[in-house]
Amino acid sequence: MALLEVKDIKKKFDNTEVLKGIDLSLEKGEVLSIIGSSGSGKTTLLRCLNFLELADHGTITVDNKLIYDGDDPSFRDDKLIRKNRLNFGLVFQQFNLFPQYSVRDNLTLAAMLTASAEEKKDKKKLKDKLNDQADELLKRIGLYEKKDNYPCELSGGQQQRVAIARALMLTPDILCFDEPTSALDPELTKEVLKVIKDLKNSNNTMIVVTHEMDFAKNVSDKIIFMSGGRIEEYGTPSEIFDNPKSPVLRSFLNNALES
Amino acid sequence: MNLIDVTLKLMDGFLVTLALFFLTLLLALPLALIFAVLSRSSFRPVKLIMRAFIYIIRGTPLLLQLMIVVYMPGIVFGNPLTKWAVFGGNVDLSYFCGALFAFVINYACYFAEIFRGGIENIPKGQYEACAVLGMSRSQTFFRVILLQVIRNILAPMSNEIVTLVKDTALARTVAVTEMFFAASELLRVNFIIWPLFYTGVFYLGFSALVTAVFNAAEKKLSRYWK
Repeated sequence: MALLEVKDIKKKFDNTEVLKGIDLSLEKGEVLSIIGSSGSGKTTLLRCLNFLELADHGTITVDNKLIYDGDDPSFRDDKLIRKNRLNFGLVFQQFNLFPQYSVRDNLTLAAMLTASAEEKKDKKKLKDKLNDQADELLKRIGLYEKKDNYPCELSGGQQQRVAIARALMLTPDILCFDEPTSALDPELTKEVLKVIKDLKNSNNTMIVVTHEMDFAKNVSDKIIFMSGGRIEEYGTPSEIFDNPKSPVLRSFLNNALES
Repeated sequence: MNLIDVTLKLMDGFLVTLALFFLTLLLALPLALIFAVLSRSSFRPVKLIMRAFIYIIRGTPLLLQLMIVVYMPGIVFGNPLTKWAVFGGNVDLSYFCGALFAFVINYACYFAEIFRGGIENIPKGQYEACAVLGMSRSQTFFRVILLQVIRNILAPMSNEIVTLVKDTALARTVAVTEMFFAASELLRVNFIIWPLFYTGVFYLGFSALVTAVFNAAEKKLSRYWK
């Protein structure tokens, strides 16, 4: 059974149907890219997985455990959502680091606050443990020497790498990226994509909403092309890029690869 | 009367000025927080009433509000504030309390608008980042949002509080024996006019102090924002 199963996700804003029934599944260690033009529902889908939006209908199952059912109000409970959303991590387009915390504290803050009462008893021990974890991650993304700097002192690419490390800190089963390089220039884009590639090599499961066609082609195991709130086409990179079936995808790829 | 006598006389008034200033701050700040929350209420009637109230207070002179608070009880209800005097003596506490009430309401409305702006200017992404990291609402507000709100409101608050320093002189019009009142008394009783101008030194000095406190706070926070 797949690590992630998503069935028939539907979402309406006022009277606009943004997601019209999305199904997808993902195996452990796989990278799924979601491509499509603006307004196709890619970001909303990602936000539904992270419970920043609550789907009106449909189910989300992680590791054989049902964590959301749009038709069952009990899944909308605040506490339950806080717990269930930790199955996912999310990296934002605009990084959204906390400006008043150092790089390292950005990584440890949430873990510190959400630690169990047992762990909170010995604050010093907990803090040391989390700092060690944070340092480990910072070394992995090559920013250990920036651990005491503040976000405003970093470049956009560095900030995004810190944001990735912050998400990893809570060891999510599935790490989601919402256009992680859209706010970055090409040079900085490279360093962020390199980090994501490294994560794939260490067997992280990821979902990436992206406009970087080369990245989608080279790094993904599967690609979803969304259009008008539906999955228009689904396949391996070579199926999507070398042999697109739907005319919408063909014209999207023509436009995307031209520019 | 020499400089020292005048200074001592003015100092008596200045203490009342200081009391009015600090009590206004102490009471208006928490009240403003309540006003700000109410003016963002998702329950429409509450929001509209709060905003209308703030609009009226901000749209009329503080001087008028002072007179309404202090004279209305006597004119309309035949029960002047003076009858409420708690202590006899020189300081007529009843007028002081009336003036304080007007100041608190007036400043709470201005502060509330500043707070509202400060809260609404926080990027949505900060809340969402906290949410996906599993933080609760109160953790989000107190550990992440609050300091950013403070940073947002520092400059406008500094402005408003310096204005409060000078506005305290308005209390003179309703017979509160603050510094400006003391200077006028020197003119009325002793026929010396220069103490009126001398009060400016006190106001300037006090404003400088307030400004310095805010500058220090701003400098401290500037480490996190470039």
